[in-house]
Amino acid sequence: MTRDLPRYHAAVWDEPVVLELGRPGRRGFLAPEPEPDVRADVDALLPPGVRREAPPALPELSEFEVQRHYLHLAQMTLGMMGINLFGTCTMKYNPRVNERVTARPELAEVHPGQPEETLQGVLEVVHRFERILRELSGMERFVFQPGGGADAAYTHACITRAYHASRGELERRTEVITTIQTHPCSAATAAAAGFDVITLPLGPDGYPTLESLKAAVSDRTAALMVGNPDDMGIYNPEIKQWVEAVHEAGGLCFYDHANFNGVMTRIRARELGFDACMYMLHKTFAGPKGGGGPAVGAYGCAEHLVPFLPRPLVEERDGRYGLDHDGPQSIGRVREYWGNVPVVVKAYSWVRALGAEGLRQAADLSVIANNYMETRLLEIPGVTKSHPQIAAHRLEMTRYSLEQVTEETGIDVHDIQNRMVDYGVDAPWLAHEPWLIPQPITPEPGELWSKEDIDTWIDVLAAVVQEAHDDPERVRTAPHNQAIHQVDASGVDDPDQWATTWRAHLRKRAAA
Amino acid sequence: MANSAPDLRRELLDAIGVADPEQLFEQIPADHRLRGALTLPPALRSEVELERHLRTLLARNGSAESHLSFLGRGVWPHHVPAICDELAQRTEFVTSEWGTPASDHGRNQAWFEFASQLGELLELDFVGLPVYSWGCALGHAVRMAARITGRRRVLVPADLDPERRAVLRTYCEPPETRSHLTIELVAVDAETGGLDLADLERRLGDDVAAVYFETPTSLGAIEGRAAEIAALARGRGAETIAGVDPLSLGVLAPPSSYGADIAVGSTQPLGIHMNCGGGTGGFIATRDEERYARQYPTLQVSIAPTRVPGEHGFAMALFEQSSYGRREEGNDWTGNSVYLWAVVNAAYMALLGPQGFRDLGELILQRCHYAARRLGALDGVRIRYPHAFKELVVDFSGSGRTVAAINAALLERGIFGGSDLSTDHPELGQSALYCVTEVHAQEDIDRLADALQEVLAR
Repeated sequence: MTRDLPRYHAAVWDEPVVLELGRPGRRGFLAPEPEPDVRADVDALLPPGVRREAPPALPELSEFEVQRHYLHLAQMTLGMMGINLFGTCTMKYNPRVNERVTARPELAEVHPGQPEETLQGVLEVVHRFERILRELSGMERFVFQPGGGADAAYTHACITRAYHASRGELERRTEVITTIQTHPCSAATAAAAGFDVITLPLGPDGYPTLESLKAAVSDRTAALMVGNPDDMGIYNPEIKQWVEAVHEAGGLCFYDHANFNGVMTRIRARELGFDACMYMLHKTFAGPKGGGGPAVGAYGCAEHLVPFLPRPLVEERDGRYGLDHDGPQSIGRVREYWGNVPVVVKAYSWVRALGAEGLRQAADLSVIANNYMETRLLEIPGVTKSHPQIAAHRLEMTRYSLEQVTEETGIDVHDIQNRMVDYGVDAPWLAHEPWLIPQPITPEPGELWSKEDIDTWIDVLAAVVQEAHDDPERVRTAPHNQAIHQVDASGVDDPDQWATTWRAHLRKRAAA
Repeated sequence: MANSAPDLRRELLDAIGVADPEQLFEQIPADHRLRGALTLPPALRSEVELERHLRTLLARNGSAESHLSFLGRGVWPHHVPAICDELAQRTEFVTSEWGTPASDHGRNQAWFEFASQLGELLELDFVGLPVYSWGCALGHAVRMAARITGRRRVLVPADLDPERRAVLRTYCEPPETRSHLTIELVAVDAETGGLDLADLERRLGDDVAAVYFETPTSLGAIEGRAAEIAALARGRGAETIAGVDPLSLGVLAPPSSYGADIAVGSTQPLGIHMNCGGGTGGFIATRDEERYARQYPTLQVSIAPTRVPGEHGFAMALFEQSSYGRREEGNDWTGNSVYLWAVVNAAYMALLGPQGFRDLGELILQRCHYAARRLGALDGVRIRYPHAFKELVVDFSGSGRTVAAINAALLERGIFGGSDLSTDHPELGQSALYCVTEVHAQEDIDRLADALQEVLAR
């Protein structure tokens, strides 16, 4: 190793839990005094017996103390301040201009129930962005009500119910087919919508065989819910035949486009035959993650499913925009109102900044960077690639295994995660359940991270793997340069120890 | 895009050993490729042009700043403290992803403080991380109750907000599915706006999984018989789910005190802008008992020790029962939610403290009462319920005007009138739901009353 590793130490603030702070009588917020005409006897305004007796045991802090406390917490959050190649999540730059624009009162202080003539701006943005997604996917309509990718999968499961119910077939069509590498949310939302789930295992080529699909398809099939390429970067080249097989049996096909980044501008879900698809605006379209939302799973479908879409839909008539609530066959709502509109504005902004050429360039760079990473990662002793027999280049991410490192040193991927963050870089995503590849890591560079960033991140991983051999205890007890030390999570599934609130913690600590 | 610099791009391709990036897409068969060209609007490459474009578009919106707004009904206008905005914009929080317990410790602690402070307001010990909205929280809570009791019928108020009710209907599944839950409406007392207890008793049975009620109700009425409702439900072995506005809990008794088993509600009032409906979030809270804890579909953070004595950290509790842990065997499902808002909610609750919640709650009650007095004094106008928090049913039936016509006239005067209830609640005639909070000063309410007087006199 010729390059120096980053010298790093996280901010350490020893910040108490907020409920431990403050002094009785200290104030961080003053409500306006009621005007003399407004003032009334509060007890007389309440039905008997509903008044709170004891005040809530909240902290009493000055405004400055609250600000400082949460800024300390911000500083003890790595976020994307280092290098974050978090696979399956497509870490992108989240342009600040989008934060500035969406914080303006013309959006932040807008109520979705305002008269339509006062919603023309936001309705136009939503309409324009819907046209963009229609062009990228070939679908007929999009809705933005689902609050994330999983919610979009749920939306599909609900639309599947409504579609088959409208044909009198729902009682018979009880099965949703998915694959083991498709995100767990497809299986989970199908089950939550009332379906039995059939999960196809991988075949020899890294994706389930067409035969296994055909064996699973029957007149009970309600839908196929599948991602492609998967989180190993493997593209199922038979996906059109899959769609045909499911259609022949009368089922619907849903394309979870979580991994759209690498295939963006190259394929359209509708042209592959899919009835519906989903894009994550907080991932592929540069909306920020927010630690897990607010997010949008943009759900799009072909014409035959439009009647079932959640309402309202945004319609344009002669240059004026309106909301269409009328949908007698609609599934109704998956969430109140019409979605995380600021995230839609951010996604629209991102596509407008790039244009078609820019999107193509982003897809290319994300796949180039991933393949560059592979050349370097496979030079690290003990790092192997999933399905090494597949010679073709992977798309925007690749799954690797550190099994050999674990076998030789006893250090597992969790230890490696904990040690990598000592260098100010984020640890890699491992894999969704179930782990098909032992000791997995799934880095994804996307179009954001520079070659220097990628090199640094790989250098850190290489150094930690080396350290696993030379000083495994140092890795096992990591992190050492972080905001806190290694968390002992052994009690968090024990009812006598878990505490999701401070009051539960105090009670259990006293009882221990 | 850092690697778009031409020489560097070449360097990367050379390292991979391909001449043309197209070779990297060899997995995608030719007949899968896009047909025809992609037609997207031209790029606005500079921030100057882009921001101008977005600002020009959004400038066509009205807002609660350009207009005097009395719209609520699931999305409410409240004052957002400046510190909440600072934190909602703070890049470490805005861009964070899962991270490790150490490297994203600060964010995890903020999440724990969200749950902890909400737990104090609710006097409940187990709180999950937020879900997408109040309606989604209700949907999950009802499904939790169904799993706990093994029963399949749920009772909800007849005047439940139509948006929330539509979400609930989705979560309860259609009759054709095995796991369908039947939603049954319980009548509302026309005088108080609370549940009609006689009707509740009639409908309760040993097959009822949960009784859901709200205080304040979807139409703003304060429920005066919460403890009786919970007792009736418990008497038939049903779970009691209470929907509450967290901002009311400085003056209204916490749900645990009247026997609610599960509390749900919106997190938007806790320092989140309306965001055209994109500020919604929902919470689920219960007593810390395994009966409930093992049914949560959410993620939740638990405080935990670290390798260093006396140091605290946080870890995901009961992760294995989520859909991440068990796919279709998990409780419902989880995914991205509104976790950034949870950080903001935490700061909001810390700013207000016990006295802030009390003062704010009392102010809203008084402002609401003042609005009821002013509007109720207008000819042909009647205020429906005697005890209201934050929202008022204003019945214009006696004026001979429709809410639509009244609201159109108010709009000409720069006012967003209350949400029109005439379609969803025909039993209320020509009524509108007026939202009055701390942002509505007496002069705003006076302006509304004067405008209404003028409109109704014409």
